[in-house]
Amino acid sequence: MGSTNSTLSKIPNVEELMQETGFTPAHIVRLYDRFEALDKEKTGHLRPQDFGAINRLAMNPIGDRIIGAFFSPGQETVDFHSFVRILAHFRPADKKHPKDPSMPEPVNSRTSKLKFAFQLYDQDKDGKISRAELLQVLRSMLEMQVTEEQLESIADRTIQEADLDKDDAISFEEFRKSLEKVNIDHKMSIRFLR
Amino acid sequence: MVLLAISRPSLASEATGNGTENTITTLPIVIWKWEEIHFPYLVALWVLVSWLCKLVFQLNPCLTRVIPESGLLICIGWVLGGIIYGADKVQTFRLQPFTFFFYLLPQIVLDAGYSMPNKLFFGNLGAILVYAVIGTCWNAATLGLALWGCWLGGAMGNIDTGLLQLLLFGSLIAAVDPVAVIAVFEEVHVNEVLYILVFGESLLNDGVTVVLFNVFDAFVSLGGAQIDAVEIIKGIISFFVVAVGGSLVGVVFALLISLLTRCTKNIQIIEPGFIFVLGYLSYLTAEMLSLSAILSCTFCGVCCQKYINANMDERSVSTVRSTMKVFANGSETIIFVFLGISAIDPSIWVWNTAFILLTLLFIFVFRFIGVFLLTWILNQYRLVPLDFIDQLVMGYGGLRGAVAYGLVLLLDENKYKEKKLMISTTLIVVYFTVMLQGITMKPLVTWLKVKRAAVSERTLAEKIQNRTFDHMLVAIEDISGQIGDNYMRDKWNNFEEKWLYWLLMTPIARKSCDPIFNIFHKLNIKDATSYVKEGERRGSLAFVRNESKADVDFNKKFGADFSEMIRDSVPSVCLDMHEQDLKMRESEDFDAHHLLQQHLYKGRKQHRHRYSRKHLEVNKDEHEVQEIFQRTMRSRLESFKSAKMGVAPPKKISKHLKKDQPQKVREACTFSSFPLVFITILLEFLINLNLSPGLAGIVNPAFMAEMDTMDPMPPMQQIPSWLAEAEVDSSNMVPSQRAQLRLPWTPSNLRRLAPLCLSTHSNDSFLLADSPATQEGISELPPPPPPQDGQGQGTHK
Repeated sequence: MGSTNSTLSKIPNVEELMQETGFTPAHIVRLYDRFEALDKEKTGHLRPQDFGAINRLAMNPIGDRIIGAFFSPGQETVDFHSFVRILAHFRPADKKHPKDPSMPEPVNSRTSKLKFAFQLYDQDKDGKISRAELLQVLRSMLEMQVTEEQLESIADRTIQEADLDKDDAISFEEFRKSLEKVNIDHKMSIRFLR
Repeated sequence: MVLLAISRPSLASEATGNGTENTITTLPIVIWKWEEIHFPYLVALWVLVSWLCKLVFQLNPCLTRVIPESGLLICIGWVLGGIIYGADKVQTFRLQPFTFFFYLLPQIVLDAGYSMPNKLFFGNLGAILVYAVIGTCWNAATLGLALWGCWLGGAMGNIDTGLLQLLLFGSLIAAVDPVAVIAVFEEVHVNEVLYILVFGESLLNDGVTVVLFNVFDAFVSLGGAQIDAVEIIKGIISFFVVAVGGSLVGVVFALLISLLTRCTKNIQIIEPGFIFVLGYLSYLTAEMLSLSAILSCTFCGVCCQKYINANMDERSVSTVRSTMKVFANGSETIIFVFLGISAIDPSIWVWNTAFILLTLLFIFVFRFIGVFLLTWILNQYRLVPLDFIDQLVMGYGGLRGAVAYGLVLLLDENKYKEKKLMISTTLIVVYFTVMLQGITMKPLVTWLKVKRAAVSERTLAEKIQNRTFDHMLVAIEDISGQIGDNYMRDKWNNFEEKWLYWLLMTPIARKSCDPIFNIFHKLNIKDATSYVKEGERRGSLAFVRNESKADVDFNKKFGADFSEMIRDSVPSVCLDMHEQDLKMRESEDFDAHHLLQQHLYKGRKQHRHRYSRKHLEVNKDEHEVQEIFQRTMRSRLESFKSAKMGVAPPKKISKHLKKDQPQKVREACTFSSFPLVFITILLEFLINLNLSPGLAGIVNPAFMAEMDTMDPMPPMQQIPSWLAEAEVDSSNMVPSQRAQLRLPWTPSNLRRLAPLCLSTHSNDSFLLADSPATQEGISELPPPPPPQDGQGQGTHK
């Protein structure tokens, strides 16, 4: 596995990465080891099938969606930087750092996390969750016994509750508003990425 | 009542017995043979009575919700003890230490070991050992010293004891008791890590208890003067010998059992019996060598479970499981009843308020201090730290029970002048912890969790989103691989596969450990039988979807619904959901909420631990996992097809996948190889059908659209509505890569299965829907002659 420093030196632009994501060197090394373990063919990039090889993801109703979230539009592979950047969304928020308006929004802020979650729904990236997209997600998360009519009624009610401007779709602002009571940091953080 | 009737004649007939033997003048038709059989009769009767007690309080279900079963059993024991005492003026029945340690305890420990969730156990073994060893030593030492300090200070009045004796007392009462812990935690469902920590601790601390007990007992015999450094060092060495030795004995017996089950193919009828006998022997052997018997039995169960489950026939396995539960549950019941009965005996009661109260106080306080201290240390090293509430529950869950009582009875009265006081105190401590802490545990946990449960889930969006978050977190955890990936674990798995499987498992079992074979086999059989059954039942093959829709019947009373839901599932303290749904009663969103409540996939975080003394059913979670898995695979296949990926040469199955799932279907992760099976089958099909290569631009591999395109409809003429409307988002395809991997089977075998099906959960639907090359291949597939194929499927194994 090599020492921390030697591994770090293998990664290009690691300083920038740490700065951007807020990970510690130890974390970067751990993630790099994981990246390499996933990248079986040692190409330096991950493809969807590498993610697919993670067995437990197949047992997750939205596993494939999450895999998809790692790939930016148009890209077929994920390099280490993108990998880390996506995972950085799941860092617990830094409570201590004061909000610095001049700095860009940190990757693990509440807004960024919500954006990530929003993206999972909004596949066509039009900034709105349409009824069809919502139906897709619901379908994947509900047991097979649920009928289509029930599914549609749930989707309708959900949109009804959240849709404030009555355009039959949920925009990011409406999404954020509907979740204002939820402790996003708690729900979307993984401790060991701290 | 019956006992009174019996015990009186026993005394009477003893007197006349001799008389009747010598002088019979006529042929007696019926003789009263009480003295000959009174021992087994009484034993059987007591067992019956104890088990009947369980029936008594089932009459009033609210009672069981408040007071844990163990507490109620103790109460009934008191009643019974009172009756017997009233009749006989002396307590004729008592929990004898020998009976307890040799006839009642072993099966509980064996059951605990056999049903132990191994992955969880070994994953947290470090923490468990810390709590068990260091925690118990801490408890014992602090309690002993504190009591000694108080004794010196004169708070206890004049009792004839000394530092060593108090340390001994501390050591026997310090240990958390496995029986009591299991009994109470059954009712209060906490998260699995917490559960395994407390449970594991209660099992493993026996090693420490035994050593401390013996060491201090020996020291007391030696007398204070003779204790010097050598003796103390010997004491420490004896700890290692006892603990490690006991575990080794257990492992040796586990090996024996596994080897034995390898050869018992032809005597399957008594195969289950071997487990019990050998398990018991492991307990006795360790006891004989003065090693830790509980550790031995535990490790025996823990180590052999995998192999014997693989080696033995299904029926034997379920026999073993059920029988273990019967024994363990039965023993537990008897123990608690007798704990109650034993109390009603004035001869053992010596009351010393200060001693008793101080003991209670110190136990409580030092337990908490110990837990918090150790957890703080552990949290520095743990990946997922234990939070405050968990620590609180762990501290509060340190119950003492029958093991302490049994140990205190073993003390020699001559050495320990205050034995009676110790017995009394032990009993009071046991009652206090089991009853009071047992009763208040659930409300405490509820209160804490409700305080903590931030989300109110008032809106549908929140509900859905919360579940999404859960799944998301689990997925990211899996991707970032922090939990589960382990260098040691991989090495162990390698070793296991290479050597242990060869040694300990029958060739058939080994092959079926090959996950693909296993799953395929199982599913084929399952589908075959369900197919044939359906065909017979309906007379035609117009199967419709599974009609036992779990939809809520909204005409039913609200209350009835929920009590059913609550009764069905293992009771949980996740009461935040129930409360919210109760409040939803009036809103019209009730239907939707209720639907979501019932039908959202639970996800890994909410799956409950599997060990339960009372429940035998297979976890429903497995079906959920299966379903999700199939859907995912279907969608990947679909996208693969749509992407018309270039034909890549199939490769060998990667080793690491095999390693991960050597277990039977019971382990959720065996399904991980599903994709291999079906995607490669598909690939072979498509290759043979000359799919045009050429990669559709993989733009944004997103989650696939309607998997319902795949929904099983055998005659393919009937397409449910959503199928027809399914939109396949062709621009976003995930290239289905597992197509790289190849199975050892040729397509020809599998093709036979193609036009079959189809329960909703059948994997055959993959093949079914996919066999022809076209997207809507459904129409093109020649309707299979179902009955024949039914036969074909039936015979294909």
